[in-house]
Amino acid sequence: MRKLKTLIMATAAASTFATAALAERGSDGNLNIAYWQAVSILNPYLSGGTKDIEASSLILDPLANYRPDGSMEPALATEIPTIENGGVSEDLKSITWKLRDDVVWSDGTPFTSADVVFSANYCLDPEGGCNAASNFADVESVEAVDEHTVKINFSVAKPFPYGPFVGATAPVIQEAQFKDCMGAKAPECTEANFGPIGTGPFVVDEFRANDVVTYKANENYRDPAQPAFATVVLKGGGDSAATTRSVLETGEFDYAWNVQVEPEVLDQMMAAGKGEIISAFGTSVERLMVQLTNPDPALGDKRATIEGGPHPFLSDKAVRQALSMAIDRDILVEVGYGPNGQVTCNVLPAPEIYASTANDACKTQDVEGAKALLDEAGWVPGSDGIREKDGVRLSILYQTSTNSVRQGTQALIKQMWQEIGVETELRNIDAGVFFGGDQSSPDTFQKFFADIEMYTNNFDGTDPEAYMGNWVCSEIPSPANQWIGNNMPRFCSEEYNALSAEMGKTASIEKRAELAKKMNDMLMQEYVIIPLIHRGRVSAASNTLGNVVLNPWDSELAFAEEWTRLD
Amino acid sequence: MLNYTLRRLLFAIPTLLVISFIIFVILDLAPGDPTGNLPLTIPAEVRAKIRESLGVGEPIHIAYFKWLRGFFVYEPLHWLDQIGITIGDPSERARIISYATRGPVFDLIMERIPQTLWVVGLSYVFGILIAVPIGVISAYKQYSWFDQLGTFISMVGFSVPTFFTGLLMIVIFSVQLQWFPSVYDTTLEVNSWDTFMLQVRQMVMPVTVLALYNASQISRFMRASMLDNLTQDYVRTARAKGMAEKVVVLTHVLRNSLIPVVTVIALGIPTIFSGAIITEQIFRVNGLGQLLIIGIQGSDFPLVQTLTFIFAILIVLFNLIADVIYGILDPRIRYD
Amino acid sequence: MTDQAATTALGRPQRSLWGDVIRQFLKHKGGVAGLVIFLFIVFAVVFGPYIHTIDPQYLDIRNKNLGPTWEHPMGTDNLGRDGLAQVLSGGRVSLAVGIAAMALSLLLGTLIGILAGFFRKLDGPLMRTTDLFLALPILPLLLVIILLFRDTLRSAFGPETGIFLLIVFVIGITSWMNTARIVRGEVLAVKEREFVLAARSIGTGSLKTIGRHIFPNVLSPVMVSATLGIANAIITESALSFLGLGFPSDFPTWGRLLYDGANFMTLNPARVIWPGLAISLTVLSVNYIGDGVRDALDPRIRGR
Repeated sequence: MRKLKTLIMATAAASTFATAALAERGSDGNLNIAYWQAVSILNPYLSGGTKDIEASSLILDPLANYRPDGSMEPALATEIPTIENGGVSEDLKSITWKLRDDVVWSDGTPFTSADVVFSANYCLDPEGGCNAASNFADVESVEAVDEHTVKINFSVAKPFPYGPFVGATAPVIQEAQFKDCMGAKAPECTEANFGPIGTGPFVVDEFRANDVVTYKANENYRDPAQPAFATVVLKGGGDSAATTRSVLETGEFDYAWNVQVEPEVLDQMMAAGKGEIISAFGTSVERLMVQLTNPDPALGDKRATIEGGPHPFLSDKAVRQALSMAIDRDILVEVGYGPNGQVTCNVLPAPEIYASTANDACKTQDVEGAKALLDEAGWVPGSDGIREKDGVRLSILYQTSTNSVRQGTQALIKQMWQEIGVETELRNIDAGVFFGGDQSSPDTFQKFFADIEMYTNNFDGTDPEAYMGNWVCSEIPSPANQWIGNNMPRFCSEEYNALSAEMGKTASIEKRAELAKKMNDMLMQEYVIIPLIHRGRVSAASNTLGNVVLNPWDSELAFAEEWTRLD
Repeated sequence: MLNYTLRRLLFAIPTLLVISFIIFVILDLAPGDPTGNLPLTIPAEVRAKIRESLGVGEPIHIAYFKWLRGFFVYEPLHWLDQIGITIGDPSERARIISYATRGPVFDLIMERIPQTLWVVGLSYVFGILIAVPIGVISAYKQYSWFDQLGTFISMVGFSVPTFFTGLLMIVIFSVQLQWFPSVYDTTLEVNSWDTFMLQVRQMVMPVTVLALYNASQISRFMRASMLDNLTQDYVRTARAKGMAEKVVVLTHVLRNSLIPVVTVIALGIPTIFSGAIITEQIFRVNGLGQLLIIGIQGSDFPLVQTLTFIFAILIVLFNLIADVIYGILDPRIRYD
Repeated sequence: MTDQAATTALGRPQRSLWGDVIRQFLKHKGGVAGLVIFLFIVFAVVFGPYIHTIDPQYLDIRNKNLGPTWEHPMGTDNLGRDGLAQVLSGGRVSLAVGIAAMALSLLLGTLIGILAGFFRKLDGPLMRTTDLFLALPILPLLLVIILLFRDTLRSAFGPETGIFLLIVFVIGITSWMNTARIVRGEVLAVKEREFVLAARSIGTGSLKTIGRHIFPNVLSPVMVSATLGIANAIITESALSFLGLGFPSDFPTWGRLLYDGANFMTLNPARVIWPGLAISLTVLSVNYIGDGVRDALDPRIRGR
């Protein structure tokens, strides 16, 4: 009986293969995707994390997506507007998108410019709590020029006007479905939030929040040959090692998102031969932030603020530089990241044209140099081998979020600093607390009540303007601004502010690159941010999947309609 | 007895209210923030807006009364709605909404109950079924090889954490032998023999891991209790009267020994509902335990509050049940 | 052993009785074997680091993921830390946490259980308090306690001792409830027995009745709770470390070593075998000691 069944299955598989060449919709059966963070909601504007945005990117499309190489590709639009083709106005204050006229929603109704206008208003509603609000920053109005043309007006000149509706964070939702869900009512529309009607390759079949999503192919998808898969199961939960194992070792899944496993364990899993690791480098950098103000608890309200005064020893540039020189970044990569990390000396490592080469000296560890630097600056070893000057000991509290790779990195760096006579106490904080902005918690990364903290940050899309703007004086977190701000080192330089302001006015890509590099070099040469590792996005894909390219600039599933089954 | 039960039930209401308030205060004091898992690229101003739209940071008494009203008024009304009795305007009801899913918390919980009952409940039943005979035989033949082996296995079972046994089973049975799936499919509908077999196969590993863990605890208590009773005077009397050994052990000793064990078993039942956080996570069963841990990690306070309060109700209820069973099994105990 | 001390304090028995108890305990093969193994583990973790002098926190990247060698009898982990040194120093912490937390929870649980079972007036309030503690969500509670007290304790006792006290307190305070309920149940049954009624009727005071008659008769469930309690404390500690609430990450404990090693199970089995064995052996030996003590304390068995 069983043999017969296998035979029938094999024949079925063979015929599937024959038709796959003709690329027919839904001919490749079922696709199993594993996310170790379970999906909570399918409305990306109300999502709680990357996993929700990626899960909804199978259903909803923006006007344009980023391709894996960082270039933009029109999705619901016919072309990318630029100054050259007249889509972006000369004064950089508006952008006009031409929409495809052959697109229908999965319920069969036509897609028009009214939906785009509605989506913008939905997110701009101040009571809605839309998490893509920064994509719509400075948007003054969105107007429908005609049925298939949309014009977005900005209140200031936008050298990079591709925030709204480019990438999976800000897709177009259907007006008919969401029109009663504006503002404060947004969270109440559970049905719409759990099953949005979209223009993407798949539609929701069943959604169990915080557990599993099942999709089926969208019968009305704009490309009649896509998607190749008839159904998709996106299962959440477990941990990264478990999801990776289910692709590489047991073969139960086809794709595992965000692999965070020690390199040697990964090698062993890959030895099973069922799949491989795919990686791509975006803009993520694991970095150390150096506290320039005094985090002494005795200061009370002035703790870790400019008013509290400079840090007892990290305000000395020689110490900061020595800390950076003492780190062997190659070892950090080898132990914690393997092929998924690269040594970097820049906080802005990509895209290519923005990457500076001025700081590459940090790639080699220089313990003797670091020691000499500290000696010269007057920091001499005390009786216990820890350096001190005027009664101030080089004793560092080093915090990060809880994660086994980070704890390994912490331990390694602690030992490297030990060698140059710096004492380190390690602390790890639950990620939800560390990255959460709870005002009452002393452990958030913004409050930074420590000497050094480590985490990864990056920026959306390919434009670094907002990212480099993180380190201007006004971004310094303090009680006055409810600790909101991204300038964790509390770095403040008029020169840097000026560069940042200039970038906001410059349209030419070469000029912008020059400015961004200058800002990066300034931060690096002051050693207020110590970059460690340029981290890749890493996922695991089964050998039987075809056309899978990891996309570091957009949702990993943004082009899942192109994926196929190989065997 | 009835009087006692009723009095306890009445007393349970203020107890539960106090518990719910304490849980609320704890969660309010707890660090953590529902926007903590958002990508870092989302600026803090936007996060502040999101928090505002969720109603985070409301004064605690207001938030507490809103939640109480949701739990005791709106949710029951919604249930009545489901069975066709509508009181008031359904659209006016502010049900308890989760921060992360923006959906009603109770719908989430209902969705999780089947897999939790199947996996954790069944493992508990198996655990008891294994533990009681092992405990009885171990005690009756104290220090025999069976007792020694049973002691050894149950102590190892208890002392090795489930995150380890679970992973070990996956490595052996999913990776090497490929007998059982390592991922639990919650969408599987059992409607034929084949799907039933699939269900059994996917339940084998999580149920085994948990049953071992449960059995090792219960069998220890069972053995200890049996040992106490075997040396008591009434046993000697019964034997002296020429009663068959089987009757002595199974009727007299077992019945008396079960008294403390029943307490342990009854007290353990609420833990079925609270799920098995680690095991559920390892096998991706995604039941109530996983829901709770996701809620805690994501600072989804309405969800955590509601779940923990439901557990609290179950705990109070089963404590009462344990006491009542106690009274029935042991007539010497008088509550009044 | 804490219970023996407790018995002494409560019951003030004569010396000859304890002579009997010790003699009886020594006749119990399992108990003696358990005691020997337990003492061996204690000696090993206390004095071992003076013989095997590698620093457990020293990272030797060039020698990572080693199998057993002469220099590293238990191999090394993925950061090149020595396995034996880690197991030894982890054992100090795990044993200390396990014993201290178990003692605290046992003390609380037994005290509350006996008071609730013996004094009818206290029964309601104490059992409702127990319900309250049972019903509290442990994880958020831990987050709050640690948030509120970590900095104070850290500055008062230093990072390691401060966290140690906190963890012992947290585990103790959240694990006494089952013991209390079981002890109460036993007390309810025992206090209706003839010998207790007899003692009461000749005018024995409450304290003395508890110490002489009630406590020795509820000792066996207490012993079971004690053995499970040590294991429970060791495992809870590992869960805490995993959540980032426990000891600093570079501070090994058995539970943590087992957790960190789990993914390396097939690559480097030594990483899970040794800490796992250490936990199991400890629990097993404590269990046999518990059996021996219980038998030794039981006058019916001792008399035979």
